[in-house]
Amino acid sequence: MIPKSNSPTAQAPLLQVSDLRCAFKSSKRKGFFGPHHLIHAVNGVSFEVNAGEAFGLVGESGCGKSTTAKLILNMAHASGGSVLYRGQELVGLSHQAWKPLRRRLQYVFQDPLGALDPRMTVLDQVIEPLTIHQLHDRNQQRQLATQLLHSVGLQDHQLRKYPHELSGGQRQRVVLARALILEPELLICDEPISALDVSIQAQIINLLQELRRAMGLTLLFISHDLSVVRHLCERVAVMYLGQIVEMGPAKQLFNEPRHPYTQALISAIPKADPGQRSERIPLMGEPPSPAAPPAGCRFNPRCALATERCRNEVPTLVQSGDNHAVACFEAKIPVTEVA
Amino acid sequence: MTPLYALQKITRALLTVLLIVSTVFIVLRLSGDPAIYVLGLDADPQALDAFRTRWGLDQPIFVQYLQFLSNCLQGDFGYSYFEERDAMEAVLERLPQTLLLMGVTGLFTVLIGIPAGVYAALHHNSWIDRMTMLVSVAGFSLPNFVLGIFLILLFSVTWQLLPTGGSGTWQHLVMPVLTMTVAEAAVFARFTRSAMLEVLHQPYMRTARAKGLRWHQAVRRHALPNAAIPLVTVVGFFVGTLIAGGVVTESVFAWPGLGRLLVTSVANRDLAVVQIIVMLIACSMVLTNLIVDLLYGWLDPRVGSLRTGN
Amino acid sequence: MTTHTEIAAPRRAKWQLKLPLLIWFSIAWLALMLLIAVTGDLWQPYEYQAIDLHARLQPPVWLEGGSWSHIFGTDHLGRDVLSRLVTSIQVSLLVALVGTLIGAVMGTLIGLIAAHFRGWVDDLVMIAIDYQAAIPFMILALAVVAFFSNSLLLFILLMGIYGWERYARITRGLALSSIQHGYAVAVRTLGASPWRIYGRHILPNIANALIVNMTLNFPQTIMLETSLSFLGLGIQPPMTSLGNMVGFGRDYLLTAWWLASLPALVIFFTTLAFALLGDWVRDRLDPTSR
Repeated sequence: MIPKSNSPTAQAPLLQVSDLRCAFKSSKRKGFFGPHHLIHAVNGVSFEVNAGEAFGLVGESGCGKSTTAKLILNMAHASGGSVLYRGQELVGLSHQAWKPLRRRLQYVFQDPLGALDPRMTVLDQVIEPLTIHQLHDRNQQRQLATQLLHSVGLQDHQLRKYPHELSGGQRQRVVLARALILEPELLICDEPISALDVSIQAQIINLLQELRRAMGLTLLFISHDLSVVRHLCERVAVMYLGQIVEMGPAKQLFNEPRHPYTQALISAIPKADPGQRSERIPLMGEPPSPAAPPAGCRFNPRCALATERCRNEVPTLVQSGDNHAVACFEAKIPVTEVA
Repeated sequence: MTPLYALQKITRALLTVLLIVSTVFIVLRLSGDPAIYVLGLDADPQALDAFRTRWGLDQPIFVQYLQFLSNCLQGDFGYSYFEERDAMEAVLERLPQTLLLMGVTGLFTVLIGIPAGVYAALHHNSWIDRMTMLVSVAGFSLPNFVLGIFLILLFSVTWQLLPTGGSGTWQHLVMPVLTMTVAEAAVFARFTRSAMLEVLHQPYMRTARAKGLRWHQAVRRHALPNAAIPLVTVVGFFVGTLIAGGVVTESVFAWPGLGRLLVTSVANRDLAVVQIIVMLIACSMVLTNLIVDLLYGWLDPRVGSLRTGN
Repeated sequence: MTTHTEIAAPRRAKWQLKLPLLIWFSIAWLALMLLIAVTGDLWQPYEYQAIDLHARLQPPVWLEGGSWSHIFGTDHLGRDVLSRLVTSIQVSLLVALVGTLIGAVMGTLIGLIAAHFRGWVDDLVMIAIDYQAAIPFMILALAVVAFFSNSLLLFILLMGIYGWERYARITRGLALSSIQHGYAVAVRTLGASPWRIYGRHILPNIANALIVNMTLNFPQTIMLETSLSFLGLGIQPPMTSLGNMVGFGRDYLLTAWWLASLPALVIFFTTLAFALLGDWVRDRLDPTSR
């Protein structure tokens, strides 16, 4: 099930997620005194992120992509599986053991206003990670934070302001600065732009790309917005109901999507060139509740290609020679590309 | 209201009563050796032993606890050394006086507090609203004994209209009731006002007007019944302050009720009596809160159907 | 169980803003009390315990028979009422202040503990809160005094325990909602310890609600202290407190009304000033409340 990296320069990946699972109890019970329903928010997710790349995790809201990020960072409790960071197991680590790792793995939140303490100036909030990890003296901390805030595009007079006095885009810049001041290796961005105005979104994405180049960041980018992921990421995984259904190099995945779900998602991206019209593949119905997933392929009730087999058997993620994996019985894998 | 909700509330109330009784037992045992307390520090060791055997104090603590529970169930709470009779008897003798005081106070509180609150809410932000609220703040922040002293100075010392203390005639009742009513009615008026204001801003009030009801009809049919629901919750608080206020007020006016008995018993360390009164008060508070919960669940269907009532 | 805070903090009232005179009166009165409490000796012509049996039950200066040597008169032992009043104000305010602080610290800590550990710890705290809220505290205090006999330390501790459950309830509720989303989670992913999260982030953010509760709790503690002292079960002689003075003055209402009414007036003005100011501050600090 774990897709192996077949590239000739087989380096150990920076982050290796295998068969990650998260189940929590629903408040509903089966019967009056029966056990709680188990909701599998993340159900056997495996992928790896190589040093220096930007990896995108996409899917509709509620598909478990944010939960996956939280599991990696130990903000939610994993019920199974493993997360290796540079070969070190992260699942089940204590708070103490996590602390040095927090410097290397950082997280950027969806809602920048919620993620900032309303009663602290932005400068103090950017200094805080340095204080927590006891790096540098007070003066140096202030200097570093000021520099970084400048480089994410804030001006001097904004440094002493409180979060509610800034605009949404400025707040997200502050959140970015706070995450970057520890000079992390891996930055996990959980829908970092979905709370922002469309005009601001592009600025933040460009900033992210710039910073990535300048600091040599590895990026795990979580979004429901495929066009942003296409623009930013080298490799992409598509999630549906707690599972990865397709994963591959971004260009390839967007040009020749193999899973019917991916095809539907991509056909829904608005095209810049109105002449280049493609047929939009409609998705039927709503995604089912993770509390009661359908039997067989989880996508089968909404799939136009579903057969009897899809309703009974669960497809596994199968990799072809071009690093492109898909979990579908009906997927057409180009023969020429199978090595 | 589901039967489960009621059952849960009743179980919880019973558990609380058990908890209270157990706490009293623990505190009783923590407060020192009763034998030494009764017979004195320099008592004969043999007499002390005899006392302990007599009252079962030489038994293991668990046996003592069970004995204590069974005594409580039988209404046997021990002997009052100060009153020189059965403690329960002394308490029961005072109970009617306290109930009389509370009953009359409760009646006046409701008769004054609720109309004042409703009137203030209906005339929101008028000078009469402001005056009502000002009087209410003053009444609320005036300790019972301070008001009582002022009343005695006015009615007994200056005008010589009413007796300074004691009981027996209706004249004796005036000042204690007035003292307690001021504070209670202040709370009721404030709470009624805020409940009414809440209701008056609800969409269904606009709907009622829109469908052609006159203002006073809409208030009578929709606002008052709905404002009464949150008012039920204040009853538990009301009984609590009534009891606490009663203790002070009875002492100010030498009213021969439970509150005064409690204060003198505490001063004399007459533990048997203190113990009964505390348990009596605690149980009536639990009962009040139980009734409030059940009533609330019955009046407001949204609450009664919840499985977890806390 | 019923929540008492809802009753004491009712719907935002507008009248205070239109009567700033009352607010000025409150501030002035409380400032005077504070001044007296801090600079007590300057106001005391006599030692507050000094007995002068030749000058018993002297009326205040503005009454017939009064003299400037005892501006507010003397009590049944010839002690100067003004001097006793000053010491009483000091004692009553100090006891209420220490009591309020103890209650605030204890309640906040318990609330944080409940919010942090959740599970059975939280259940236990909630039961204790309900339990405490169900029994009138004055009764509880009387029982404790009866069982353990009175002492100053016990009495101050009792004043501290009074009201802890409201701080605990407020802290627990607000901390629970803060921990779960937003800035607290963000700070945790930075590697901050729980101490830092609670101390630097959550507490400053919920401080407003706690301060509002303190403005409510303080005058109520004064009322409880003076009531118990009035009953003779609080501050014990030879120490004196406002309630204590009213209690002893009660026996002389017919002959020396000033003994009880002067301290009673001080109590009334102080609690009223706190109530008015508290309402006003609550409106200022918390414009979205209710």
